[in-house]
Amino acid sequence: MSSIRIKAKERKGEVDVKCLMKHDMETGLRKDKSGKKIPEHWIQDVTAESNGKVVFSCAFNTSISKDPYLAFAFSGKKGDTLKISWKDNTGATDSAETQIK
Amino acid sequence: MDRRSVLKVAGVVSAAATALVAMPRLAMAAYTEKAFKAKGGADALQNAYGANATTPSDQVKLKAPDIAENGAVVPVEVETDMQAESIAILIDGNPSPLALTADIPAGTKGLVKTRCRMGKTTNVTAVVKSGGKLYTASKEVKVTIGGCGG
Repeated sequence: MSSIRIKAKERKGEVDVKCLMKHDMETGLRKDKSGKKIPEHWIQDVTAESNGKVVFSCAFNTSISKDPYLAFAFSGKKGDTLKISWKDNTGATDSAETQIK
Repeated sequence: MDRRSVLKVAGVVSAAATALVAMPRLAMAAYTEKAFKAKGGADALQNAYGANATTPSDQVKLKAPDIAENGAVVPVEVETDMQAESIAILIDGNPSPLALTADIPAGTKGLVKTRCRMGKTTNVTAVVKSGGKLYTASKEVKVTIGGCGG
């Protein structure tokens, strides 16, 4: 299963998007039990595309909470596809696609 | 290697190079080490937008709690009616203040909601880039338990 959960609803030509990404978002400042620093591991870039066109993109720092929540809105219509993808600092990526309701 | 295969390889290499050059232009809100690792808010803005002159504006709406019990999850919401090009969230007291930059293409609303980590009681600043200028709104958020680890 994808690590991203998306809810996208259209109202009066505007699509409200809420999404949750499952990710540890390690800051690099935390220490484990033996006192060693846990290395940084966080989502750097998030991109949202609707019908292949970028409608929203953002960059995160480590100061975004664990399992990041992101909400935004754009003009679109019911039935369009919405694809959200992220990339973290290790180069790992994930994406999820949904239909706007 | 004969001439044909040399040309083929050259073609692939140049295509890859073009793709690399074109990438940052496609993803404009891409993560940049300089901006996100900057130690001060002004430096972060300078590195992210190439300017750090800001004007406070009541058209930038920042929603954040007065008191955050848990600094690990502080809901922050930025909204503007201006034609925004980009939105950023700065948390002044954090080791690296810039928390997020978002690119707002035409047709997308000037709105971002997320949840941030805050190390201590400090000002949260919303920055909206509109017409090449930076507009801000700030609010102090009191933090009971810091959320940066350590």
